[in-house]
Amino acid sequence: MATSMITTLDQSSRAAARGFSDISIRNLFIIPTILFLIVFNIFPLIYSLGYSFTDFRASTNAPANFVGLKNYRDLLNDPYVWSNFAITAKYVIISVAGQLFVGFGVAMLLNRDIPLKGLLTTLLLLPMMLSMAVVGLFWKLLYDPSFGIINYALGLGTFEWLADPKMALYAVALTDIWMWSPFVMLLSLAGLSAVPKHLYEAAAIDRAGPFYTFFRITLPLVAPILMIAVIFRTMEAFKTFDLAYILTSQPTTELISIRLYKMAFQEWQTGRSCALAYIVLIMVLAITNIYVKYLNKVKER
Amino acid sequence: MAAVRTSSEVAANRLAIVAVLVVTIIFLAPIYWIASTAFKPRNLATTIPPTVVFQPEISPFVKLFTKRSQLRTPPTPEEYAAAPWWERVVFDGGEKIVRDGQGQVQWSGYPSRFLNSLIVAITSTILAVGMGTFTAYGFSRFKVKGEADLLFFILSTRMLPPVVVAIPMFLMYRAVGLNDSHLGLIILYTAFNLSFSVWLMKGFMDEIPKEYEEAALVDGYTRMEAFFKIVLPEAATGIAATAVFCFITAWNEYAFALIMTNRRAQTAPPFIPSQVGSGLPDWTVIAAGTFLFLLPVAIFTFLLRNHLLRGMSFGAIRK
Repeated sequence: MATSMITTLDQSSRAAARGFSDISIRNLFIIPTILFLIVFNIFPLIYSLGYSFTDFRASTNAPANFVGLKNYRDLLNDPYVWSNFAITAKYVIISVAGQLFVGFGVAMLLNRDIPLKGLLTTLLLLPMMLSMAVVGLFWKLLYDPSFGIINYALGLGTFEWLADPKMALYAVALTDIWMWSPFVMLLSLAGLSAVPKHLYEAAAIDRAGPFYTFFRITLPLVAPILMIAVIFRTMEAFKTFDLAYILTSQPTTELISIRLYKMAFQEWQTGRSCALAYIVLIMVLAITNIYVKYLNKVKER
Repeated sequence: MAAVRTSSEVAANRLAIVAVLVVTIIFLAPIYWIASTAFKPRNLATTIPPTVVFQPEISPFVKLFTKRSQLRTPPTPEEYAAAPWWERVVFDGGEKIVRDGQGQVQWSGYPSRFLNSLIVAITSTILAVGMGTFTAYGFSRFKVKGEADLLFFILSTRMLPPVVVAIPMFLMYRAVGLNDSHLGLIILYTAFNLSFSVWLMKGFMDEIPKEYEEAALVDGYTRMEAFFKIVLPEAATGIAATAVFCFITAWNEYAFALIMTNRRAQTAPPFIPSQVGSGLPDWTVIAAGTFLFLLPVAIFTFLLRNHLLRGMSFGAIRK
């Protein structure tokens, strides 16, 4: 592989005469990183691919027996796992839609001359930088039915957020919206500030109404960057583990990552969990692929 | 935006400003609540209506760092008078500080977890940014066959859900004795951040004009010298921004730490929630621990404010 990558270098140049050649520098700079990632990211995945065809349990010393595709077949026929995927899908839709709505909305509000705009923007971005697990834990106090400030501020009495199986998923999504709307806002602001001003001036001359201006000028021009925000957040929300795991233990909030964690590290069904991990992995790679394609598209502009 | 002219547009603008302020207050309320609860006496942490105005106390932090037990009998006046101020605040809360046979104060689990977080986050950041800078330069300046595929491969390793990677890593670490070790977590976080650092640094490297190095090469520098003496100083801002992002990611990480560590190398994120046992937790202590843990990230966010967009989009969108 290394020899095929070699490009020609003028052997008589002074740089080639002493020190490393460009080719060896390139290889020296790139290959260790690729190797590191292969050893610590790809090799483990090959390892778990092997286990996904066995009935291995990491909690016992019993040797792993090859069971073929049984794990995959069982998982795909397991209504329990399907319900985890359904919960995850519902969670992703609620939380990403909420983030899009709030994030883009706040960006529209901020996209004007406002005193201390820089400071306000930075303050608004703070939630997304914080640890989901640690801040998520504190939201338990905020959601507390008897002395949480959320119920107090909204006058909801002793409304159950996390203890009610129906409500818990929305509560987790609400916290996620709080944390990640700033991300959508940040990208939206970049998109909004890139809209050429002369378009608005032209629209004003044509006496276009605010709705027309928004739907015909603002939205189409910001759409690509909003799409990036949506795909990225979809991918992240699909993987959510910390927040839901910390906030509740309701079966109605058992996202696919949580199911995977329980299967692997509480029930110790190692082989089966490896198979489920692979199903999740393929889904994530598919979304990543879409994401990267979009990134490159937007970059080209 | 079109220039503001009519009185209705002025009013709309004012309304938007008010709305922005309201939104900011709502978004910051949970963070403010963490900070204020960290300085409350325990009995004011869970009141209805919520206590907003109070005399700030340092006792939650004293309790955060020490092991305590319930006081069966109140301390005698002599004991109380002999105790240092930090012990008195614990007495006031109806508890006493646990001491060992030699009378040494027993620390809680928090300081060591905080230290672990620092060790793991700083080391993995140095490794990831170091390797990432070299690799980004390689991708930025040289022709690499299948560059797009390699970059996608690098990025995809970052996108994997932590639990998916954690299952085989747990088994492998168990086989080689890396479970619950600093080194084990450092390797994981380095691998996790390396892909991010390559992507972000490549953006910064692409922005440094090639002509700088070419001029240096003409002047007789070797490529290595040109990299270290010309490119690295130019990339300093980018390296700093990337490092802060990597640090924050490693500092905040929860799932790997939960699965791979339990005592010796446990970091703060899995430890802080484990303080909430059964019964009524002391939220002031949790808030104090949370406050100290969030403080570095909050400071870094302000330092990073001009690079946030770039970092959060993997260097794809630049201002």
